[in-house]
Amino acid sequence: MFRSHLLWLIVGWIGWALAPWYGFASSRSRPLLGDWPPSGLLAGLDDAPWLLPLGLFLALPIPFVLTRSRHVGAALIAAGIGGLVWMMAQGSAIGLRGWSWPFLANLFGPLAHGQAGMGFGAAATALAFLFFLTLGLAARGAMKGDRFTTGAIGFLIASIALFVFWPVSTVFSQAMLPDDGLSGPMALAHRLTARDIWSLGCVFGDTRCGVVWNSVVLGTLCGVITTVLGLAFALVATRTKFPYQRLLRLLSVLPIITPPFVIGLAVILLFGRNGTVTLFLADNFGLTATRWIYGLPGILLTQSLAFTPIAFLVLIGVVQGIAPSMEEAAQTLRAGRWQTFRRVTWPLMRPGLANAFLVGFIESLADFGNPLVMGGGYEVLSTKIFYAVVGAQNDPGRAAALGIVLLALCVGAFLVQHRWVGTASYTTVGGKGFAGTPAELPVWLKRAVYATALPWAAFTFLLYGLILYGGFVENWGRNNAFTLRHYITDFGLEWGKHGLVWTGRAWNSLFTTLEVSAVAAPLTAAMGLLTAYLLVRQRFAGRAAFEFMTMLSFAIPGTVIGVAYILAFNQPPVELTGTAAILVVCFVFRNMPVAIRAGVASMSQLDRNLDECALTLGANSAQTIRRVILPLLRPAIVAALVYSFVRAITSVSAVIFLVSARHDMATSYIVGRVEIGDFGLAIAYSSVLVVLMGLAIIVIQWAVGERRIARPTSHTPTARPREVAA
Amino acid sequence: MIGSGKKVGGVEFRSVSRRYGTVAAVDDISFKVEPGTLVTLLGPSGCGKTTTLRMIAGLEAPTEGTILIGGRDVTLLPATDRDVTMVFQSYALFPHMNVLDNVAFGLEVSGVPKAQREAQAMEGLAMVGLDGFENRLPSELSGGQQQRVAVARALVLEPEVLLFDEPLSNLDAKLRRKMRDDIRELQLKLGLTSVYVTHDQEEALAVSDRIIVMNRAVIAQEGTPADLYRRPNSRFVADFMGISNLLDGTIVRRAEGRATVTFGEATVELPDPGSRGDAVTVGVRPQAIRLTAEGGPASLPVTVRKATYLGSHLEYVLDSSVGELFVVDPTSETPVPPGTSAFATFREDGVALVPRGD
Repeated sequence: MFRSHLLWLIVGWIGWALAPWYGFASSRSRPLLGDWPPSGLLAGLDDAPWLLPLGLFLALPIPFVLTRSRHVGAALIAAGIGGLVWMMAQGSAIGLRGWSWPFLANLFGPLAHGQAGMGFGAAATALAFLFFLTLGLAARGAMKGDRFTTGAIGFLIASIALFVFWPVSTVFSQAMLPDDGLSGPMALAHRLTARDIWSLGCVFGDTRCGVVWNSVVLGTLCGVITTVLGLAFALVATRTKFPYQRLLRLLSVLPIITPPFVIGLAVILLFGRNGTVTLFLADNFGLTATRWIYGLPGILLTQSLAFTPIAFLVLIGVVQGIAPSMEEAAQTLRAGRWQTFRRVTWPLMRPGLANAFLVGFIESLADFGNPLVMGGGYEVLSTKIFYAVVGAQNDPGRAAALGIVLLALCVGAFLVQHRWVGTASYTTVGGKGFAGTPAELPVWLKRAVYATALPWAAFTFLLYGLILYGGFVENWGRNNAFTLRHYITDFGLEWGKHGLVWTGRAWNSLFTTLEVSAVAAPLTAAMGLLTAYLLVRQRFAGRAAFEFMTMLSFAIPGTVIGVAYILAFNQPPVELTGTAAILVVCFVFRNMPVAIRAGVASMSQLDRNLDECALTLGANSAQTIRRVILPLLRPAIVAALVYSFVRAITSVSAVIFLVSARHDMATSYIVGRVEIGDFGLAIAYSSVLVVLMGLAIIVIQWAVGERRIARPTSHTPTARPREVAA
Repeated sequence: MIGSGKKVGGVEFRSVSRRYGTVAAVDDISFKVEPGTLVTLLGPSGCGKTTTLRMIAGLEAPTEGTILIGGRDVTLLPATDRDVTMVFQSYALFPHMNVLDNVAFGLEVSGVPKAQREAQAMEGLAMVGLDGFENRLPSELSGGQQQRVAVARALVLEPEVLLFDEPLSNLDAKLRRKMRDDIRELQLKLGLTSVYVTHDQEEALAVSDRIIVMNRAVIAQEGTPADLYRRPNSRFVADFMGISNLLDGTIVRRAEGRATVTFGEATVELPDPGSRGDAVTVGVRPQAIRLTAEGGPASLPVTVRKATYLGSHLEYVLDSSVGELFVVDPTSETPVPPGTSAFATFREDGVALVPRGD
């Protein structure tokens, strides 16, 4: 008998027999129990008899565990599978108003009551069944009998299935709902081929083009522009003696701490109808102030501003990955600077450029904030999905169909990119730490690169300056008087009779945001690092598929996730909409891939011999992780924490579907202000967010830097390549 | 005192295999390591020697067969629960712990009280000559010192078996010689059962009681250093032990346990290897050939192709009727110029007969 067997038996029994079985939305009075929130056992005895068989599955392993039977593995597997299947079956078969499917009512007769969504008790019981299954598999020799590893794999797969794959598949089933007398598949085909999605009217006629073409055109242009700009920045940063390298680094941090529509606000301040530039041109040259910026030009401009730093980050890795020794070799073979660049540097960069383009393409497609703020009449998939759900249309079927199209585009691009990354990492990266200085660029190329990058950088910084400044202006363009009005409206504080009163309108959403992010960040980091540990240190069947699955959830656009979550979690068996939990869950699964990457990157730098050595010295798996792996991963932990915290605060696309009156988030509050034209409040709030995040990043980077000083191993030159470089 | 509570156990492999899919990393090997001895697993990279070592440590599980340590079947016992420690090729010092914490780690996780484990760790450090270094971080030590910490860390647990995985391969040549002598001295002093992996035949000869030569997942030959050097049983072992001249010869006469062998124009008399056929491979150590002006029965006429002056000795490449010969001559200072015709004369104690066919 292992302690873990006993532990999960106890958890299962508590979850079923003691803890409240139903979730947040269950307040129905029951015949015997009245208003008391019932456990699974009590509800089963009262009026939900379908919960009683779960007791059998919980009881099944007990004799085997207590008698230390040889067949404990088989018993645990049977109980785990049986319990999980029964829970899923009863949960999906019996909804709020009785049977979910008519044929069941015909078969068993109608039910007097339905049941609400599952709550803590049900969650604990389900977890117990899941771990029965993994413990059983471990007892039968899976993963060399390692219970921790088996459990971790099972837990991660189950949670990704529940919170990524199930919602996404609900999107598909929603798109197949019969409509207007059409059968399921016909309705799906009808929705997927709608004219307003695919029409080429703007090319062959006078009508508008389908929304897909809008998105694809935008994505392609955005990919090209960000790649060119990103390359220019990368070359400036690595191949010239540009004196202000640190500023470029700052540029790469900015988009992480910027909510996605903030740049759009700044652009409106410049080029909108009351924008500074617009008014200047109108006053001096008599040009009529128009709304030309709203539409493709505006979205493209803002997206290019927002995503160029991402292309820069991708490409700086590529450019740095080209070993100077290769260029030096070319030069000793009598190639000139241009020939070296043309024949050596450029071909080595090409896969990286394709990669950067695809990243820009995907980001543009998935982007929601900028098209929402800048779109005007130019509709793209992500905004159209939003309006299909929240607008007057309220047509989930249509939203789902649009979601499928967007998902297909993003995942398709992601798959192509995945292959590029694979090949790119073989062709260009020979490892770091090459001796030698990178070749200088040919003079004219250097000039071209400067001419591209520097004005753009200046423009970017100008826009951020405007954001910070715009919050202090009465009404931009019309009345440029200095004021603190917006800040007071957002973040007012007063001394009332009973002490401090948070009178500002933004406090509520700011606190919710910080709270939700603070809960989500450690969960994200923990799950991401656990996944990374499994991927790097454990070999198991389906490892590659598992890795791909975790990364795929990164490619699912936020709007699709948002729609998927409200479709999937709006009703039993798992009912989460309107809670803060759904926000937390959404952030965890959207940001996990970054934590995984951080973990994988630093864990693959750790010599595997370190864990093995700890094992031969008598430490068990848990001691090894706690004493050896975690301390060495501290920088990755911090990075994962910060990133998931910041991303949770700045994200808008999925969030906007999931917020509720009680749990409003900062970004959706700001978008609300923008939509009613209240730019002052929006800008003031945005600047507060940018500054807050900037401070967070500075604090964390400082903390990470401190770690390195305390542990000088990372920069001590060593002659042994296999010596750990943590 | 380390080494006082001795519980020395041997290691035994019974028909052990380790397969990855269809590829066998170790294929049905059996051997014994007697308590208190040092046995070296020697072989080229990819021969299965490290996999064998890791199976002793419990870091790999055998696909088939039984592993015994101290007479106890440990085949299914995980590394954590085995009384075996290992000195890794990369040392695997924990970079975030200082030297003392590194050495005391094994004692700490097995629950030894702080004062006692620190005393034991200090004793271990003194044993490898590193007292005074206990507060340094691994990154503040030289390669040789890191190596010593790794040895001390493995020693203080007083394991039944101590494993070394190419412990010297990251050190420079001079330090390697010193460390190898120190390791052997410690092992003899403490009477530890040790298994040592290396691909360097000189290192293997220097430290071992017995050597197991491995090739392509199986044991090619097992014996004392002298056995292997004087009586290699195959062309592979001969080649690997540094017997670089391997010539085709024929046994022309056998009598009273002696065999007369001819190769080219030369004839030598040697102990009969007992092989069935008369066709043999004649292995000649490069040190057992002398370049002489006059030939004898044990000589081949040769032409000097290349002569290299290396300070302590001369190296020649010679052309003969049976192929190329490589000669190391420590006795002369002045090289014979290339193109010279001369005789290569063989010293019989430097010639070994190996059955042909493999």
